Amino acid sequence: MFRKLALLVAALALPSSGQVSAADPTVVGLITKTETNPFFVKMKEGAAEESKKLGAKLLTGAGARDGDNEGQVTAMENMINAGAKGILITPSDTKAIVPSIKRARQQGVLVIALDTATEPQSAVDALFATNNFNAGLLIGQWSKGATAGKKPVIATLDLQPGITVGAQRHNGFLQGLGLVKSDPNTSALASAPEVVCSQDTHGDQTEGQAAMENCLSKNPDINLVYTINEPAAFGAYTAIRAAGKQKQITIVSVDGGCRGVQGVKDGKIAATSQQYPLKMASLGVEAVVKYASSKTKPTGYTDTGVTLITDKPQTGVDSQDSKYGLANCWGTK
Amino acid sequence: MSTAATTTAAPRSPQRSRISGIIDLLRGVPILGPVAALLLACVFFATQTDRFLSGSNFSLILQQVMVVGTLAIGQTLVILTGGIDLSNGMIMALSSVLMTGLAANSGMNPFLAILVGLAVCVAFGVLNGWLTTAIGLPSFIVTLGTFNIAYALVRIYTTATITSVPDPMLFFGETFGIGSTQISYGSILMLALFVVAGFVLSSTRAGRAVYAVGDNPEAARLAGIRTNRVLLGVYAVAALSYGIAGLLLVARTGVGDPQAGQTGNLDSITAVVLGGTSLLGGRGQIVGTLVGALIVGVFRNGLQLMGVGSIYQVLITGILVILAVSVDYLSHRGGK
Repeated sequence: MFRKLALLVAALALPSSGQVSAADPTVVGLITKTETNPFFVKMKEGAAEESKKLGAKLLTGAGARDGDNEGQVTAMENMINAGAKGILITPSDTKAIVPSIKRARQQGVLVIALDTATEPQSAVDALFATNNFNAGLLIGQWSKGATAGKKPVIATLDLQPGITVGAQRHNGFLQGLGLVKSDPNTSALASAPEVVCSQDTHGDQTEGQAAMENCLSKNPDINLVYTINEPAAFGAYTAIRAAGKQKQITIVSVDGGCRGVQGVKDGKIAATSQQYPLKMASLGVEAVVKYASSKTKPTGYTDTGVTLITDKPQTGVDSQDSKYGLANCWGTK
Repeated sequence: MSTAATTTAAPRSPQRSRISGIIDLLRGVPILGPVAALLLACVFFATQTDRFLSGSNFSLILQQVMVVGTLAIGQTLVILTGGIDLSNGMIMALSSVLMTGLAANSGMNPFLAILVGLAVCVAFGVLNGWLTTAIGLPSFIVTLGTFNIAYALVRIYTTATITSVPDPMLFFGETFGIGSTQISYGSILMLALFVVAGFVLSSTRAGRAVYAVGDNPEAARLAGIRTNRVLLGVYAVAALSYGIAGLLLVARTGVGDPQAGQTGNLDSITAVVLGGTSLLGGRGQIVGTLVGALIVGVFRNGLQLMGVGSIYQVLITGILVILAVSVDYLSHRGGK
């Protein structure tokens, strides 16, 4: 029975167990928050493509769930033991991962944060990410134009407390609307009198729906909904449609996943800020390979860009239509 | 059920008798299965990647399982009594944020903060045990409830990760060298706890009472064992191990993490089951749990060294759990 098991393991492992041969390739580690989120799947794709192109060996790992710090620590230790020259990581817990990153860097491993900054940001060698505050700012500015003349009654469907990305998008949105200015690096949510309902969704569609239902019963006059990501936006749309208010309410979001952009095309989401995980990963792999050959480390923050996707452009706000969005999106179309 | 077993067993083909031979062997020495699985996994990974077979890698694996291993000591005790503890990971998380929060944010003496953390854990264990015995609720439901209570308390206490943890709390994450291999003090503590638990279970009256209560509570009661007192003690001692796991978690990650522990219950049950302890209670060995935790750790480490995606680690763990439970069930059925 156990022999069968070993065979099974061997069979599972075969496709990716490319044994080291000839000159040892540079080993690059990629650690994502989870294994399943399409955003990270795209990131992995980008890293795999770039590794193949540059002749590097890619190891991947992930936490068991979003927020699983220990899982990421374990993956990092294993990759260092596997001889990784550099590790690309999307930290699940921006503070908790810091001591482990410090240990890795002490062992001479280049550590680059992708998508999400560590706290402090200087804990890593470099950060390749979307400017999440800008992503929020764009949908805020767009909303200001789109709802001109109406008094905004706002619901925000947020991520969860204490996570910087969630606060940056939220605060950028409110600043873009011209309601309240915030420090772009804080992890505290800003508020304004126009915001009548704020709920955490963990970026989950089901939770987004429940949150929107609650917000609508709290205040039926809501006309503008900010969502942390597109799954939350779809959840909100389901609740809004069930209440028959889809004409009255504008939903804006952040991510630019293929499903989300399709939602823009279908008129469910009015505007979304698209980000580029593939680019983060390919830049990261490139940097590690460069570090392995020439010992040059990347530093500071590299903005991997964000584009506002909408089919109802507003003057004064740069945007692209859903066709462009679909051509550049991540996830399955 | 026993009749079904006899009828199918009646015409003994050579294949059949070989399988039942293995089952007989496993019944006699139940630890053999998990140990064989662990060794096979090690041999397999040693042939697949040249980085697997080294002292420092094994020390790393030990360090990576020290939290779940310690958590699983308590889980083993509870499962041996025929119960299950779903609250253990959250109790661990609560103790770790309390310890670090009191010391780092409220300026409490770190050793005192550790004691407070451990005491809160024991209080939770007593609550679990009391609800299970005094009201007679199933442990599954009781600990599902306390899981949620502990989860909420963690978040009421803090949603932010606690940093700047004082040095004494990080001691068990530090290492000492034997040759070129660095071993963490936490790994040693975990191994020591397994030795102590193993000794108590096999060689003391209290340990034998745990098995007796799990095997047949009614018979245990008639034999003069105060079953409720045994259960209460088991839940309290188990919770103490969750508190120690919390301290090890802090030492390992260097922070007090309010997001930790959410899958600790399932991870620890996995280790217990892989180690051959029966979910029906009364049968199993604590050393099996260590082997079970190591099996998970070895697969995770080995597959990662090979570059296999972590989703396959989850897949293989699932297969192993089903295998382990099947072996247990088959040997149990044969025995009755």
